[in-house]
Amino acid sequence: MKILVAVKQVPDTATQVKISADPRAIDTTGITWIVSPYDEFAVEEALRIKEKRGQGEVVAVSLGPERVKEALRSCLAMGCDRAIHLNDPAWNDADTLVTSKALAAVVKQEAPQLLLCGRQAIDDDMGAVAAQLAELLGWPCASWIMEEAIDGDGKTVRTARQVEGGLEVFDLPLPAVLTAQKGLNEPRYPTLRGIMGAKKKEIRDVKAADLGWAPEPPQLSVVTLEALPPRPPGRIIQGDVPTAVKELVRSLREEAKAI
Amino acid sequence: MANAFWCIVEDDRRGTPKKVMAEVIGEAARVSSGQAEAVWLTDTATEAGLTQLAEWGATKVWLLENATFAPYRGEIWVGAAAELAAKERPKAIFAPVTSRAREFVARLAARLGVGLAADCVAFAMEGDRLVATRPVYAGKLLAKVTWAKTPWVATLRPNVFRPAEARPGRTATVERPTAATAAAQMRFVERREEVSTGLPELTEAEIVLSGGRGMKGPEHYVILEDMARVIGAAVGASRAAVDAGWRPHRFQIGQTGRTISPKLYMGFGVSGAIQHLAGMRTSKVIVAVNKDAEAPIFKIADYGIVADLFEVVPELTKEFKKLLEK
Repeated sequence: MKILVAVKQVPDTATQVKISADPRAIDTTGITWIVSPYDEFAVEEALRIKEKRGQGEVVAVSLGPERVKEALRSCLAMGCDRAIHLNDPAWNDADTLVTSKALAAVVKQEAPQLLLCGRQAIDDDMGAVAAQLAELLGWPCASWIMEEAIDGDGKTVRTARQVEGGLEVFDLPLPAVLTAQKGLNEPRYPTLRGIMGAKKKEIRDVKAADLGWAPEPPQLSVVTLEALPPRPPGRIIQGDVPTAVKELVRSLREEAKAI
Repeated sequence: MANAFWCIVEDDRRGTPKKVMAEVIGEAARVSSGQAEAVWLTDTATEAGLTQLAEWGATKVWLLENATFAPYRGEIWVGAAAELAAKERPKAIFAPVTSRAREFVARLAARLGVGLAADCVAFAMEGDRLVATRPVYAGKLLAKVTWAKTPWVATLRPNVFRPAEARPGRTATVERPTAATAAAQMRFVERREEVSTGLPELTEAEIVLSGGRGMKGPEHYVILEDMARVIGAAVGASRAAVDAGWRPHRFQIGQTGRTISPKLYMGFGVSGAIQHLAGMRTSKVIVAVNKDAEAPIFKIADYGIVADLFEVVPELTKEFKKLLEK
């Protein structure tokens, strides 16, 4: 079974982000980049499916500038067999729809039985690409999955998606799109051998022209990035516990009107 | 109508719109000067539910009622909604951030070939374009975004927008177009209900209590649940507490958990790591209780008490009880 995993490289959560001279973008100097955490769940699940079935191929794919190779290298170190890098300035302003269309073109070329993604990337938190890929490909899609099991023939996947108040279980015919929610698995750390082996694995560069790509403007664009408005300064309530608690309850009722 | 702002209805699966729809309809009506329309895909709508949408300010309800619409399957919903959108050409399509709506409108935007802005916290008309504000980079920055063409598709973060007041007597035209329903690829097997805590859902609650590493173990969450029952709050947890196995992941607040925006957030033994702040910093009032005066959460808290949570919580529960019994 061939499985494609779409991943995104994002700034580490703990990294400070600053707005660049161009107010529509962040200053990328000094940023630590990581594979978006939900995408790691997707990679892990793909590797587990391959291991369980005893055969198959896991291909990591990502769209972005040259630095994205590092993220793909991490996926290879975890155990992916090869990687595809959509690396072309034509996609510099890509919104979720442009990204989805480019990825869909690669999916059509690769024709995997399963496409796994994280539930959302933690930089712009749009959470749209996987669903849009499903739409463009005409594949069924289950979002925020907590478990999955593929039948012996590799024809169907039974999966549980997280919804308000519970889990909904569906059978999806393959090929299908699934998005990983935290709790699906515990991603492995790359072993030293994995890291060494990753250096020899293929990362194929794909240019827009390779996909017969006609330039396409984004449908959503950033007008400007802004810093958060400062919160009004808070107050540490002094005194012993009973006194402080009484004052807190009074403040919540009378000042904040929150209770 | 070409100027309509559609509001995709989220319901309780029993024919009643959820109260988050008051926020969606309220904001759609505000931005469009009263052109909010509801679009309701369901297997069962109730008359009371339709009245509710009208009282909140929907001038029209597009009711797409069909047994195949429940439980939600994107592949079926999208065809029906896209067909109607092609005919009616709404100016915008709004939906609340819920498990199904966030997937649904992403697919719908792809089908219609238009942009999507997810998890918005503000909207403004600038001339004849709509500009949406949404948190990015773990809520460290705000992005203002705009669309190349209509319909402007967006999801709205719950508890952020001012809910429309229900005005009895307001009515809406109910249109019942025949909906195209695609053959389903996904086959529904079962729904597994979570063990109910008897407390409100985390993302819907007006008050959220959150227990962090300072809770010291799973057995102590009962003291937060006791307080939650007194004030009608939900109980969540930080990643540290979830990763330690003290609470199931569905209770996690933060970047890799739920994003909440309650009227009142109270953190107990929560340090305030960036990834936690990402999930709660748009809360209106923030209270922090922590032994460590240096805990980062105090930087964004409106009220803080530097003390042992195990002394504060029982005392606070007692005071809340007294207050609410008055």
